[in-house]
Amino acid sequence: MSRVGILMRTTAVRLSALYLVLFSLCAAFLVFYVTGMSQRLLDQQTKDAVSAEVSQIEAIYGRAGINGLLRTLERRARQPGAALYVIAGPTGEILAGNVASLQPGLLDKEGWTDEAFAYQRYTDENGKDRHVALAHVLFLDNGLRVLVGRDLQEPEKFRVLVRQALMVALGVMGIGALIIWFAIGRNALKRIDRMSDASTRIMAGDLSQRLPMSGSGDEFDRLSESLNAMLGRIEKLNEGLRQVSDNIAHDLKTPLTRLRNKAEAALSHNTSIDGYRGSMDEIINESDQLIRTFNALLMISRVEAGSSAAEMSEVDLSQSVADCVELYEPLADEHALALEAAVEPGISVTGNRELIGQALGNLIDNAIKYSEGATDPRILVRLFRRDGAAVVSVADFGPGVPDDKREVVVQRFVRLDQSRSKPGTGLGLSLVEAVMELHHGSLALGSTRPEAEGAKGLTTEMVFPQGPT
Amino acid sequence: MVSHMKILIVEDDLEAAAYLSKAFREAGIVSDHASDGESGLFMASENSYDALVIDRMLPRRDGLSVITELRARGIHTPVLILSALGQVDDRVTGLRAGGDDYLPKPYAFNELLARIEVLGRRKGAPEQDMVYRVGDLELDRLSHTVKRQGRELLLQPREFRLLEYLMKNAGQVVTRTMLLENVWDYHFDPQTNVIDVHVSRLRAKIEKDFDQPLLRTVRGAGYMIKDEPRVEGRAEA
Repeated sequence: MSRVGILMRTTAVRLSALYLVLFSLCAAFLVFYVTGMSQRLLDQQTKDAVSAEVSQIEAIYGRAGINGLLRTLERRARQPGAALYVIAGPTGEILAGNVASLQPGLLDKEGWTDEAFAYQRYTDENGKDRHVALAHVLFLDNGLRVLVGRDLQEPEKFRVLVRQALMVALGVMGIGALIIWFAIGRNALKRIDRMSDASTRIMAGDLSQRLPMSGSGDEFDRLSESLNAMLGRIEKLNEGLRQVSDNIAHDLKTPLTRLRNKAEAALSHNTSIDGYRGSMDEIINESDQLIRTFNALLMISRVEAGSSAAEMSEVDLSQSVADCVELYEPLADEHALALEAAVEPGISVTGNRELIGQALGNLIDNAIKYSEGATDPRILVRLFRRDGAAVVSVADFGPGVPDDKREVVVQRFVRLDQSRSKPGTGLGLSLVEAVMELHHGSLALGSTRPEAEGAKGLTTEMVFPQGPT
Repeated sequence: MVSHMKILIVEDDLEAAAYLSKAFREAGIVSDHASDGESGLFMASENSYDALVIDRMLPRRDGLSVITELRARGIHTPVLILSALGQVDDRVTGLRAGGDDYLPKPYAFNELLARIEVLGRRKGAPEQDMVYRVGDLELDRLSHTVKRQGRELLLQPREFRLLEYLMKNAGQVVTRTMLLENVWDYHFDPQTNVIDVHVSRLRAKIEKDFDQPLLRTVRGAGYMIKDEPRVEGRAEA
């Protein structure tokens, strides 16, 4: 399709075309209305002047008789101007005045002439000029007829002038509209072209590209803005996906290699049934650990994929926290730790009970694991409201996590050096973070006793912003 | 003890199906095999089974639709869904489609066996029994009391539910995940031995001061409550 063809199809052009039509109709109406109105006004003024003169003439005739009237009319007829005077006999022959000839039969009827009529003046040369006038005919009691009128040349000129001026104005506006129409349409088209160019580049695989913004905050900018936000989300998900495959490559291959080594070693070294049995047990344990890691990874990516992955409902957070504490209490006890709970009753959030339970389970499990060498053999689990948010916090008195490592420990497969010897997948906190993101909340890490020297302890907080309902 | 159970395995991976058949046979369970959804639906409709093991992703007709169709035909054989898909939401859709239990792949055979045994015997399970008895141990579901040799034992509410579930499935292996699901209503992997600690606490309460052990750990599988002094097969005291 040609450039003009595309331009014709833009919304801007279609709208301006519609406006142009509407505007022309209004303008045409305006032209006829204004000219019509001014015509009527001028006619009225003419009639008023004529009427006034007629009553004057009647008065003069009454006072000074026919001679007085003739004198007056002769004098007035000689003055230049638009006034018309005729004195005619009973048969209609013109006796005096400033008119050479009249439309025949005009003087047969008393009162206003029905419409404008044509006449000729004495001053006209060989009757070429056409004059149009409006007049009033008066029958005197001696049979004479008097016509008083006004030439309509001037009002007619004025009317034509007004009409012409309006037509010109309309034409100028029409051309202006066409120019604006073209400019707007072309501008819109240009911006659309830039956007589709950017989209093409993004489709080609460069997800870091963004749609152009003009900075004016108009509708195109708003569209670009939301599309850019969408692209950001897609890029993040894509990045997550890439990270998962990287992780699989790095962190699943290691245990797989271990697994394979064990099987190989079993084949080459064992001679007894018991030896094989022992090796097989080890291999099963190793694969269970692998499955666990794999499940955790899958779960994180599914939770991160968004709310469609998990069913959300009203969750009694107070109950969930109490349940979790109850579930882990004997385990803590076995590690000579006291798991203490302070749960504010009646707090609920919209969420997924399973995921919240698992996330809190991970935090408590971590606290138990990393309470070694705790200054205070306790773990505090609390549920409370803070600034309208529901907060679940798990505090231990173990060595804690150094300030500069807090960002890092949440990442997948990150385990600090001192925890390498402990069992675990390195995915616990990543899952908690993903779960909190799903709930539009956050995971915060802090020190239980920031002022302490040595073991500061770790406090983890799950913050649900919607808060209690 | 031969269970005389007969089950149907609907699984398109022939190697996995062959392994399952063999393992079930060794556990005393007879199994038939269907390798796609349509024949699975046909066999499950024509024959009578104690339980069905249905893979979620099958050729010709997917697992969930097989279950929905069976339920629509009024066949209520217990179904265990096997799925490579995974987690919470997937499990919910499976159970909603009419499945009775759900096991994500990969799984330990012991886990599958324990669940199938519980499912298959569900028909005759004494759901309406108000008092469960195992040997000299007695659990009253109405008054929430537990007695052994007539002496009342004091249990925490959760310990009571744990014992209740074990006694309801007396003589059968229940796995750790089954306990977490049925007693705590959580379906995640707790990663650590939380359940073991709860069970050993319970064991201390019901076995302390008594000669006869009742609650056994079944190695590589889970737990079982039984009043016989000696258990054959894969269980050991």
